[in-house]
Amino acid sequence: MCLGIPARVLEVDRSGLLAMGTVDFGGVTREVCLAYVPEAQVDDYVIVHAGFAISLLDEEEARASLDLLREVGLLEEESGVPLPAPASP
Amino acid sequence: MKYVDEFRDPQLARNLLAGIWERSTRPVQFMEFCGGHTHAIFRYGLRQVLPPTVRLRSGPGCPVCVTANGDLDRAIALARLPGVILTTFGDMLKVPGSHGSLQTARAEGADVRMVYSTLDALQMAREHPDRAVIFLGVGFETTAPTVAAAILQAEAEGLDNFTVLSLHKLTPPATRAILDAGEVNLSGIIGPGHVTTLIGSRAWEFLPQEYGVGCAVAGFEPLDILRAVAALVEMAEDGRPTVVNAYSRSVRPEGNRAALEVMERVFEVGEADWRGLGRVPVSGLTLRPEYARFDAALAFPVQPGPTREHKSCRCGDVLRGTIEPPDCPLFRRVCTPAHPIGPCMVSAEGACAAWYQYGE
Amino acid sequence: MSHELVQRLFLRYFDNPILARLDDAAVVGVSGVEFQVSGLPGPKPETRNPKLAFTTDSYVVSPIFFPGGDIGKLAVCGTVNDLAMSGATPLYLSAGFILEEGLPLEELERVVASMAAAAEAASVHIVAGDTKVVDRGKADKLFINTAGVGVVPAGVELGSDRAQPGDVIILSGTIGDHGMTIMSQREGLRFSSPLQSDCAPLHSLVAAMLDTLTPLPLGEGKGVRALHCLRDPTRGGLATTLNEVAIKSGVGIEIDEKAIPVRQAVRAACELLGLDPLYVANEGKLVAFAAPEAADALLAAMHAHEHGREAAIIGRVTAEHTGRVVLRTPLGARRILDMLVSEQLPRIC
Repeated sequence: MCLGIPARVLEVDRSGLLAMGTVDFGGVTREVCLAYVPEAQVDDYVIVHAGFAISLLDEEEARASLDLLREVGLLEEESGVPLPAPASP
Repeated sequence: MKYVDEFRDPQLARNLLAGIWERSTRPVQFMEFCGGHTHAIFRYGLRQVLPPTVRLRSGPGCPVCVTANGDLDRAIALARLPGVILTTFGDMLKVPGSHGSLQTARAEGADVRMVYSTLDALQMAREHPDRAVIFLGVGFETTAPTVAAAILQAEAEGLDNFTVLSLHKLTPPATRAILDAGEVNLSGIIGPGHVTTLIGSRAWEFLPQEYGVGCAVAGFEPLDILRAVAALVEMAEDGRPTVVNAYSRSVRPEGNRAALEVMERVFEVGEADWRGLGRVPVSGLTLRPEYARFDAALAFPVQPGPTREHKSCRCGDVLRGTIEPPDCPLFRRVCTPAHPIGPCMVSAEGACAAWYQYGE
Repeated sequence: MSHELVQRLFLRYFDNPILARLDDAAVVGVSGVEFQVSGLPGPKPETRNPKLAFTTDSYVVSPIFFPGGDIGKLAVCGTVNDLAMSGATPLYLSAGFILEEGLPLEELERVVASMAAAAEAASVHIVAGDTKVVDRGKADKLFINTAGVGVVPAGVELGSDRAQPGDVIILSGTIGDHGMTIMSQREGLRFSSPLQSDCAPLHSLVAAMLDTLTPLPLGEGKGVRALHCLRDPTRGGLATTLNEVAIKSGVGIEIDEKAIPVRQAVRAACELLGLDPLYVANEGKLVAFAAPEAADALLAAMHAHEHGREAAIIGRVTAEHTGRVVLRTPLGARRILDMLVSEQLPRIC
């Protein structure tokens, strides 16, 4: 529905009506609006959609999700469930 | 890239898949509401690695696909007005209206320009004070706040050559419309991750409460989607539909209050025409009276004339998830990416384009 | 912009005796070689003489200057590469300019100087030229049409219809660099990045590949036969080129998505705009289809060349699903990789 890409905040300028800033999409930088992430600071990660940061990425939540998935992996190995072979088209 | 590559880890994906294969016993049908999910599911080939008991249907979650012909004809008519620069996201350029598209209008001399953000459209208005810059406002609750902010900025700068044709729509009403129509039995919905980043996971609680349908809000990486499918399988197997936030790094229960306040300040809710769903009450956003001078529909009253729809185009049914693209008589034979008849074939997010592009 | 002024500009930059004569046609000798133009009726004695490669192309890129190149360098490299893909040694080029009234002379000079430098780098001569000026608005600053002539060494038989099941598919480097560089300069999309166009002449890379094959134990001078097809994946990107070869050769193609080199900045720009690098234009890359026994020698030769450092085997030709390209995704699933039908546009949804 809406393309949103993670980006690291490089600069923040909250002087104008719309707070603006520069973000790095992993090798590509662009100026975006930070008005909708009032608490975002330099080095934070945000999701950017159509030139606007729409959320401040929660690092703990991200790490928790990944840890959860790794635990699921351990369960599978122990229970010996056969991994699905990818079907050919 | 941070927050991207980690959520594409093949080993973790296989872990999740193993769990889904083990846990899923009953045939279930989940709707991936959002075009972004449709695109990601095909791009990573997820359909092939999910168990046969899990069937995914695409829904009306692509703002391009749900734009009604009449609205598109109006946008094309505006683009043809002398002195107008019609700015739009790339998504809308090739969508066929009753008579041609914005792309064909451009080929015939209309000044149609593609932008990545409403702020780029605002910049064009500053750079061309002698022209009327109109922004084609498509998109759901994720995009509408960005347009609202651009309007407040234009107001503050006293820019009088920037207007918006608002075709923005709200997602919960569309979901209700599909479930009320009862044409497709869904045991779960993969919730749109970025819309929900704005409106909050709480906004989907009506699904389990009123319709007994589970909802798992998902991001757009393979692990995010598989986690949501795993959660929906869990709900279906236990018969306990609920709302699960499988995109917790971006989605919070209350959503993004700062953005919603600006959206509500500039827009008011009204009925809207959806392709495939018809007129849906309380589902569209129009500019409030205080911002009427930014409303292109008022500033440039055009009569685009009667709409014309290709009689056997079944994008509407595809959008409601009642049929899959190959069931449409035009699919692949007449309707192809080179000669799209309906919007679902044009938009890279549309179900038909995804089916055609990424194969059966 | 007077005619003499432009002529003096050409002569100063493309100075070679043939052009200097300013005849209507350049008469060029190809020393001691008898032509046998394939595909035309007439006597076809099995001669060992090389064949003539002939190509034409037009260049309308906007903006005309971009990081890593300009429309002039693009015109020369594109023409040189088209010839090189047939195995030919590029020799002579022509360049026809359509100039929009009001184009500053310094900009034209920069383009012409860049063409001269590119021609020298590709050791070709621009031996014929023409200039027409059109009213303002009738052209976007500058268009260039080129034609190119080269000679195909004896025994070299390359074509999109010659890929065979079992062939390895080698890509000479990262994809999407050119297309995303141009995209980053477009009004309304502007983003900044270290991206540069990969625009480069590939004639010497192809020569190195052919040289390394010649001694291969396939019979006297037959080593080059191990190379079946060379293509430069420009407009429509790698996916479109692979589909064209699959269709023309009547074969299937299997590609491993993980094996395809993509620069980090190109990946980020494509994520940002919702584009797929497999469909983005390249201007200094080639994809080779060769017999498996030639793979190691080819890879070594390519890695030793400045335009082949990141060469990689990205897949195989198969006898199954002929006419189709199948991509194996990092999750191990397989999906069809279709041809690009119409221009890929940035999207927000």
